[in-house]
Amino acid sequence: MTDSKVKEPLYHIVKRDDISAKKAWRIRITAILAALVVCAVVTMVCTGDNPISIFATIFKGAFGTQRKTWITLQYASILLIISLALTPAFKMQFWNIGGEGQVLMGGLASAACMITLDGKLPGAVVIILMIITSVLAGAIWGVIPALFKAKWNTNETLSTLMMNYIATQLVAYFTIVWEVPKGSGKIGIINQNSNTGWLPALGNKYLLSIIVAVLITVGMYIYLKYTKHGYEIAVVGESQNTARYVGISVEKVIIRTMLLSGAICGLAGLLLVGGINHTITTTISDGQGFTGVMVSWLAKFNPIGMIFTSLLIVFMDRGASEISTAFELNQSFADILTGIILFFIIGCEFFIRYRIRSAKKSKKGVA
Amino acid sequence: MENNNVAVSLRGITKDFGKVSANKDVNLDINKGEILALLGENGSGKTTLMNMLAGIYYPDAGKIMINGREVVIRSPRDAFDQGIGMVHQHFKLIDVFDATENIVLGLEGKLNFKEAEEKIRSICDKYGFKIDTGKKIYDMSVSEKQTVEIVKVLYRGADILILDEPTAVLTPQETENLFKVMRNMKKDGKSIVIITHKLNEVSSISDRVVVLRHGEYVGEMKTVETNARKMTDMMVGRSLTLNIDRPEPVDPQSRISIDNLTVVDEEGLKKLDNVSFTANTGEILGIAGISGSGQKELLRAIAGLENIQSGSITYVHADGRKEELVGKSPREISELGVKLSFVPEDRLGMGLVGNMNLADNMMLRSYRLGKSRFFTDKKTPRDLAQKVVDKLAVATPSVDIPVRRLSGGNVQKILVGREIASKPKVLLTAYAVRGLDINSSYQIYDLINQQKKRGAAVIFVGEDLDVLLELCDRILVLCDGKVSGIVDGRAADKYTLGTLMTQKREAC
Repeated sequence: MTDSKVKEPLYHIVKRDDISAKKAWRIRITAILAALVVCAVVTMVCTGDNPISIFATIFKGAFGTQRKTWITLQYASILLIISLALTPAFKMQFWNIGGEGQVLMGGLASAACMITLDGKLPGAVVIILMIITSVLAGAIWGVIPALFKAKWNTNETLSTLMMNYIATQLVAYFTIVWEVPKGSGKIGIINQNSNTGWLPALGNKYLLSIIVAVLITVGMYIYLKYTKHGYEIAVVGESQNTARYVGISVEKVIIRTMLLSGAICGLAGLLLVGGINHTITTTISDGQGFTGVMVSWLAKFNPIGMIFTSLLIVFMDRGASEISTAFELNQSFADILTGIILFFIIGCEFFIRYRIRSAKKSKKGVA
Repeated sequence: MENNNVAVSLRGITKDFGKVSANKDVNLDINKGEILALLGENGSGKTTLMNMLAGIYYPDAGKIMINGREVVIRSPRDAFDQGIGMVHQHFKLIDVFDATENIVLGLEGKLNFKEAEEKIRSICDKYGFKIDTGKKIYDMSVSEKQTVEIVKVLYRGADILILDEPTAVLTPQETENLFKVMRNMKKDGKSIVIITHKLNEVSSISDRVVVLRHGEYVGEMKTVETNARKMTDMMVGRSLTLNIDRPEPVDPQSRISIDNLTVVDEEGLKKLDNVSFTANTGEILGIAGISGSGQKELLRAIAGLENIQSGSITYVHADGRKEELVGKSPREISELGVKLSFVPEDRLGMGLVGNMNLADNMMLRSYRLGKSRFFTDKKTPRDLAQKVVDKLAVATPSVDIPVRRLSGGNVQKILVGREIASKPKVLLTAYAVRGLDINSSYQIYDLINQQKKRGAAVIFVGEDLDVLLELCDRILVLCDGKVSGIVDGRAADKYTLGTLMTQKREAC
């Protein structure tokens, strides 16, 4: 062959046909183990500490004491609720990255009820109003981008993201309006003495979020798998053409699903403000509106799988912060470790979808 | 036997896609300074063959010689290095870039827009193009975009231009302009291949015509020595006897009546122009035409999926009540009790959901019935899927695997099986046997005939004229969105259809 400048590459990437669940999990577990090894090496090189004791510390950080275990579970519950809220939207291929804003608006509505209605209405009524308004506020925040998408086909990634900033600014504004004491720039604990609008503690104060998370998990599982709405979401997500062909109104499904998605985010805001923090700040949702996207994707939109992915992420996060305190490293080191682990977990999905094939001898040798 | 006048020689070119053979042992020469028309029916392998020259595909066998020297073309870049440029049917331009940016896109070396613009201008002056270099692609008409594509190819120094159905999207005046610049390019010594199935264009622009049929080279003629009859005969080939069953229609009654239907697409081009006809019960109405003549839009319009500019589609119930379907959504149409089934061309992208399993795909039509107001009934569609699998002998390990993993024929059986399960009054099918092997094809014909015997009005859009002539009771021919004739399926022959399909624009 005269043409020698074109060479076949040494390896190329091939899409896998399909992969058995067992094999997929083997790849994922390998990835997590590899991540832990890399973490250990990085830790040893950077700090000279023993990696085994570091892993023990991670575990202790998340499950070391009963209280730590409860907190881990509570954190995981909130993350799980937000992830569940995002799931129907993502399954519909509507990139709702506005979870942050929807959670904040839910939280803001709860806080507004707590502050303005304290002493004017009985506690139970305030709580009912908090539930209604927070769910409504989240739903409205979710449905605005959906309306724009359905009517004018605007890009929802931009509009949901922008709605986050609006929500943050609104919360910042009301923080000043309601600040206690004046000039502090903070709201502080709301109704510290009357406890109006504090969600009741069931058994212990961590349990409420966990119960809500379990209920929503089961509910979402059934909704997506067994209802007509869930089926419509799946069809719209897979192919809008097919949806139109069978007479599904794509616009209606988008709006309805985003109402639901926003509403559940609003509920998470209620739990954060009324159940856990009893105050509101602009950072109350702590990026979970984004982390939730990852939780949902990693579990392939399966609500049951999301229990594990949300636990895994919270576990890593809490374990990593424990390391930084126990070994007197700064918080950034925890972030590095979390980053390494997420990199491996997300990166392994590539190997589940694709295979790397080394080049074979070109079959056309005869010219 | 090297001929100095030959720019490109293809020898023994073969290309298979899975079991389907797109090109088989094709030999073809392109001379310097000539316009060669590559003629053939849909799916005859014209575009595939040229794609191999342009580096989009790599041939399974055979060799390509340019100016007498054998070359290897593995990518569009290799093709450009050999002076070959292709303008594809679907333009490959970046919408938000302007003409100049698109033209220089991907070229190596320093970006110098001033120089580029000068070069573009000189190309335009030389051949008579008109181009607004600063205009964004999204502001351009289809013909302007095409000009950008052609200039892009010339800018890269191509001596051999391939134009894939360039006139399909142009108005007659724009076509005339295109032909003018093509003649100028020819004068400059460029070789041009024009892929087409319009006979009038072949005779007005080309020097030589090569005919492909079913992926094989059939023959070539000098344009001046041939005529429409000869070309049509070569294109459609001799009639085959397929022995497809064709029962006599029993008591045909008008079921769908269409009056002066006009459909315009997003670009403002007329896809259907004043179409009128009636589809009867117990009858198969075939729709013939070159691809893109409005077949797709016609079926979509009846199914409630097109924006209809004017005209009416009337559904006649068995008891004589009439229902206007224009302006209604598919759901409203089905709620009126109009039992309409539609087997679309795009099976996995429209008729089915590729990632869902067979049972869930069956549910597409029936999920609204459900177990209750809120919950779906999973069992009935599952039983239906099993029934379709058993009855139509669908090769699948189970009804739980995603439908995209089935082979083409089995996918189609699932789709047709679902669509006829609802006992439709009207059955619309688009290219129902495309890509299917012979056995599956006959099975589909049988299913369609069963529906006809049941009294359904069947509208069968087809591409194989032999099939249309043996299966259909009447055949409507579309040409450029207009009805160019409705003929009796038992009396017509291939030549009549071929002529109606390819007759001149002005006449149809």
